[in-house]
Amino acid sequence: MTAVIEARELRKVFGRRSGWLGMGAEPGKEAVAGVSLAVHAGETVAIVGESGCGKSTTARMIMRLLTPDSGRVLWQGEDVTDHSARALRPLRRLVQMVFQDPFASLNPRMTIENSVAEGLRVHQPELNREQRRARTAEMLTQCGLDPAVMGRYPHQFSGGQRQRIGIARALIVQPKALVLDEPVSALDVSVQAQILNLLCDLQRQYQLGYLLISHDLSVVSHIADRILVMYQGKIVEQGETAEIFADPRHDYTRTLLAAKPVLHPDDREA
Amino acid sequence: MISAGSVNPLMRWGGGIVAVVALLALLAPWIAPYDPVAIDVRQMLQPPSWHHWCGTDNLGRDVLSRMLFGARVSLAVGFVAVGISVVIGIAFGVVAGFVGGRVDAVIMRFTDMVLCFPTFFLILAVIAFLEPSIWNIMIVIGLTSWMGVARLVRAELLSLRHREFVLAAEALGASSWRLVSRYCLPNAIGPILVSSVLGVAGAVLLESGLSFLGLGVQPPDPSWGNMLTAGKDNIQIAWWLSLYPGLAILITVLGYNLLGEGLRDWLDPRQ
Repeated sequence: MTAVIEARELRKVFGRRSGWLGMGAEPGKEAVAGVSLAVHAGETVAIVGESGCGKSTTARMIMRLLTPDSGRVLWQGEDVTDHSARALRPLRRLVQMVFQDPFASLNPRMTIENSVAEGLRVHQPELNREQRRARTAEMLTQCGLDPAVMGRYPHQFSGGQRQRIGIARALIVQPKALVLDEPVSALDVSVQAQILNLLCDLQRQYQLGYLLISHDLSVVSHIADRILVMYQGKIVEQGETAEIFADPRHDYTRTLLAAKPVLHPDDREA
Repeated sequence: MISAGSVNPLMRWGGGIVAVVALLALLAPWIAPYDPVAIDVRQMLQPPSWHHWCGTDNLGRDVLSRMLFGARVSLAVGFVAVGISVVIGIAFGVVAGFVGGRVDAVIMRFTDMVLCFPTFFLILAVIAFLEPSIWNIMIVIGLTSWMGVARLVRAELLSLRHREFVLAAEALGASSWRLVSRYCLPNAIGPILVSSVLGVAGAVLLESGLSFLGLGVQPPDPSWGNMLTAGKDNIQIAWWLSLYPGLAILITVLGYNLLGEGLRDWLDPRQ
């Protein structure tokens, strides 16, 4: 089975300058140093790691929002690394993204209806206004929102509601995979569970492949099938979720697991 | 975004002045007591009185009427010149900020270069070369004052370009045009508005300066600048010829500056 998302040896260097005749040249910092991964339909793959380890950069390269310095990005088996913006456009509906900050991920000057319907304008231009509206309402309902609020602006919603709107916006184009960049880290714990449950339901219904970017191990253990541990731009360990939690091999993974908060101090292993 | 919170005093005063001046300019043909270009030598250099509230000039023309008509010139120049400069500024700023890279570098160095020119003397030279007319003034002021807007729009676009809601739209496949027109620019409208309002004040001052030097609006058509020129020739015997047009310029520029600063504070999310 072809993977819905595949990355091969992705590499990204920030701040490199060639300088002039070697003057002022800077080697730059390697943010992502050869990351390979594959996500199949219906499974959740999580990338965990501390902030600054290159998780989000990897996600953005996979979304083709950032051009990798080397390596390949494949969506449903098609190599899209070198596609122009125009060639990429029709394929964009295959892979969508849900962002971390629900307060920054919606255009404050656009109604919810227009924000969510954006994908339909691009990918189903044949729909008229009424049809777009019906599809938008349907999608919002599926994400647990009352379609009566479509005409409102983002500031009239809570963080959890906005994240639902963000999910609806991504799903309206019927993607095969979602990249979830810290989808619940900005939310209250009680709301986190609701959003995670929604994501799980949607995954089951549409056989979506999820690439989950997170630093929160309790979230990861809750929904991930496989885990990739990333440290300083490299994947240092990977395996089934249960395996990694039961038997972490890399030092960094052990540190990460030890840092996971526990309910009671007695639960913490010495 | 914009809450209907209390409007600050800067904005209230500035807005009030701007509104009153605009209204006077608009209604000039109906409220002016005399024909602004009607010469009456028997009434020349009359001090302010009940007949001529602001006195008369060396040709017996009513200063108040001339000022009211002069306001139309000043405001027309202000608005059209700023309109031109905002359009150019947004175009350059959007391309530089959105495309980035080499294009950005080239546009911004060009902007820096234009900024190095002493604008006023450039305008003087151009107007002296062309024919001094109100249209030429509008165009020349517009063409030489877009740099501030361009830098501002570029800076806004640079930060908006990587905001999550813009990335989300890009991931959905929205076109660059749509990203700019529906996602970036509507969120940069505040600073552009502030800069435009302040720009009007600058353009009014520039026009007055040019007209004062005889390169702006040509007599007998009144403008605050050329009224000042007439005033300086008679300043020892007729103070009213200089004082009133000068006050008009001062109050109008002050009004636009207050409104601009007030808008800036009002739109500032930190307040």
